[in-house]
Amino acid sequence: MKKTLLFLLLSLFTTVILFGCAGDDSESGLAGDGDVEDTNAGETGGASGTITMAGSTSVQPLSEELAAAFMEQNPDARLEVSGGGSGAGIQAAQEKTADFGAVSREIADDETGINTYTIAIDGIAIIVHADNSVEDLTLDQIKQIFAGEITNWSEIGGADEEIVVVSREDGSGTRGAFTDIVLGDIELIQSALIQNSTGAVKESVSNEVNAIGYVSLGGLDDDVKGLKVDGTDPTAENITSGDYPVARPFNYVANEDEDLSELAQAFLNFVESDEGQAIVEEQGFIPVN
Amino acid sequence: MFSKTNNNLEERIVKVILLILALTSVVSLGLIGIFIFKEGLPFMVNYGISDFIFGMEWDPLNHVYGIFPMIIGTIIVTILALLLGAPIGIAVAIFLSLIAPAKVTRVIRPMIDLLAGIPSVIYGLFGMVVVRAMIRNLAHGPLSESLPSTYQTGYSVLAGSIILAIMILPTVITISSDAIHAVPSEYHEAALGLGASKWQSIATVVVPAAKSGIITSIILGTGRALGETMAIIMVVGNTVAIPALGWKGIFAPVRTLTGNVALEMGYAGPEHRQALFATGIILFIFIMILNSITLALVKKED
Repeated sequence: MKKTLLFLLLSLFTTVILFGCAGDDSESGLAGDGDVEDTNAGETGGASGTITMAGSTSVQPLSEELAAAFMEQNPDARLEVSGGGSGAGIQAAQEKTADFGAVSREIADDETGINTYTIAIDGIAIIVHADNSVEDLTLDQIKQIFAGEITNWSEIGGADEEIVVVSREDGSGTRGAFTDIVLGDIELIQSALIQNSTGAVKESVSNEVNAIGYVSLGGLDDDVKGLKVDGTDPTAENITSGDYPVARPFNYVANEDEDLSELAQAFLNFVESDEGQAIVEEQGFIPVN
Repeated sequence: MFSKTNNNLEERIVKVILLILALTSVVSLGLIGIFIFKEGLPFMVNYGISDFIFGMEWDPLNHVYGIFPMIIGTIIVTILALLLGAPIGIAVAIFLSLIAPAKVTRVIRPMIDLLAGIPSVIYGLFGMVVVRAMIRNLAHGPLSESLPSTYQTGYSVLAGSIILAIMILPTVITISSDAIHAVPSEYHEAALGLGASKWQSIATVVVPAAKSGIITSIILGTGRALGETMAIIMVVGNTVAIPALGWKGIFAPVRTLTGNVALEMGYAGPEHRQALFATGIILFIFIMILNSITLALVKKED
């Protein structure tokens, strides 16, 4: 028995040592690759390395587009974009687990320790089924619908059908923005259907004549109808001019104690450049400059 | 002589390694349990266990965490799934092990295995696009007079149960048919010899003899149904409300315990997160109760 134990211990040690060496090898290997990339980068005029980003799923598609364009110019740079939600974005920046956190709402006063860069403004479109005859609602009517005070389309000029309210899950950036802008302190009607993505909300609304929901302006397409709010269409122009009332900022946040890496700064500059902002516009959001 | 000791040593090493590997699964179970309870239990005690379990309202923004509607939702969806899935599963098991010709079994068996391997998100997609639409047509058409509008969208207990019923079929079929196979063929033959018809023999002799295996299959299916998350989120509407009593309730949108955790974990702040872990504890307890029943049944059988 003693022999077995000894043997086991020995093999364990060997394994540990072997793995340890392997780890060192791969690390130095990576560093070597980096060096090579650096020299290449000198020729193509780009930056290299990896930028990590985590946070709001509403910002994610835009970040991915921006990242793709940035990587086209800097073939040696890599950008890893992951979701997790606005809360996770702030946490990632505070705990330095990512270069940038993405946040699709105003930063709260108690969320400290971070620098905020607004990269775009997002409007929230109030959507109904394409066959719904209602075109225009006031902010107050929308509030009453989502609070359950208006329950029939006929009360606001539509057919005599009960309204089916579709909302996002608690904690979603879009729901947070909608709650802040539209509902305030009033609670969402309890019987609302809850969907956990922009796509799922659109799916519900496009399949249900009597449904009403809300999505990011960037997620608005011909499957559903975006309502006018207080007489203004949900368009980029109306949001920039401040006429369309349901809008929120898209922010990148980074830890304030630590300077951005060269690469992260390069990416941020790109995003804030005319070129980056053109992509913001292409994606259906509103540029900040 | 040398080779013999060598063999012994080898044997022992393999034994020890296997033991360590076996312990890993026990340790991971322990760690998962400890982790969930460590994160969730303090919150539950602070908030009040009965307020948490029997609370009717879930509103994390205002620090209100009541999961009773989700417990009810989980139970209703699971029970309905069993009512739909178990009889079909058992019937298929009986057919495959006692009635079907070998050729047919050879075709159907691999298909059932395939059914078990389909990712749940695919079931969810199917449920969302096909099953939900069918239920919507029913609820919004012929039944629209008697159902409230929120029960007419197709996102419902029924949609979830149908999808779950399909998902538990492989579990129920495989384990039940193993149990039926294990019944000595003499039972069947003796019954036939006493003048029973084939069907009488199956219904009164063979199936009762395989009873505990069949029940085990149903309980394991229940476990599968309770734990299913992705497919369920996509079809049940995720509304935090207790369905109406009576038949209308099956058209009600509900939220399950698993769905609650998966929906909100990504965005949750610290306290909200703990509440979701506490939701996990309740699920954990559900599953432990189910497994204890299974164990007790198996023991009784032995």
